[in-house]
Amino acid sequence: MKTLLNVAVLFLAGAFGLALGWAILDLPVAAVNLPEQLTAQLDMSGVVHPVTAVLLNFRGYDTLLEIAVLLLALLGILALPRHVSDHQHRPFTANPVLQTLARVLVPLMLLVAGYILWAGAHRPGGAFQAGAVLAGAGVLLHLAGLLPAWVTPGRTLRAGLAVGLLVFIAVAVALMAQGTLLQYPPGWAGALILMIEASLTFSLGLILAGLYLILADSRAQA
Amino acid sequence: MIFDLLLVAALLWSAVRVLTTPDLFRAVVLFIVFGLLMALAWARLDAPDIALAEAAIGAGLTGALLLDAVAHLHKKRQEQSP
Repeated sequence: MKTLLNVAVLFLAGAFGLALGWAILDLPVAAVNLPEQLTAQLDMSGVVHPVTAVLLNFRGYDTLLEIAVLLLALLGILALPRHVSDHQHRPFTANPVLQTLARVLVPLMLLVAGYILWAGAHRPGGAFQAGAVLAGAGVLLHLAGLLPAWVTPGRTLRAGLAVGLLVFIAVAVALMAQGTLLQYPPGWAGALILMIEASLTFSLGLILAGLYLILADSRAQA
Repeated sequence: MIFDLLLVAALLWSAVRVLTTPDLFRAVVLFIVFGLLMALAWARLDAPDIALAEAAIGAGLTGALLLDAVAHLHKKRQEQSP
């Protein structure tokens, strides 16, 4: 029975793969040449790197919803019932080598995150990658026993989690008067994008680290 | 060209191994390996942005979360069958 099921699953997966390949080969030629349009409009976007221009300017709406979805995911985690211990902030025994390494690495990681954020304007990089590096630094600090788990996030932490989305929405609302959502005035675009990206990086770092750190304590108690 | 073929072979091999390994911990380590190889593949395809995101989020953060989940499962299993 189990081999029969395996064969059926294999057959279905193979058929699906073939159908996908056929669908990709069968795609019609794109009606508009997007890369050409992008290159033509790049001067107006305020940044030089085409990927950042698409993410933060031409399709800024998508990125706005992305950060909203991530924040919602974190709210879902916060809503989970968690065991809050009496003796919270228990820094578990970590070995001193790991602690020293974390103390050396984390400032470097902050520097790298800042660089990736700044580099996003003219080369590969940007808020999401920089945020992931920040989150990695947070997780490393927790694993080294230097940062307690976020059992009950305080008001400052909650504000930090939301600030990326709030700044993005504030910019969107401020620009609404023009009639189009998230259409930056060309002269201001670079500065606005940098401001949004900086706050996004901060919040993303906290949110991605929060996925780990908020659950970390309940995990230890469960 | 040889490098690309090796990369494809390693990707397929690690993907199969992730799915077939009975040991969860080993599967997670292989998943991280798969993510890093995937990042290399994206870099080879001239998509450095996706490569960065894959390495940071796909391999790094997801790997850390999965490793933690495995450790948690392990602890729970030990408690249930002392």
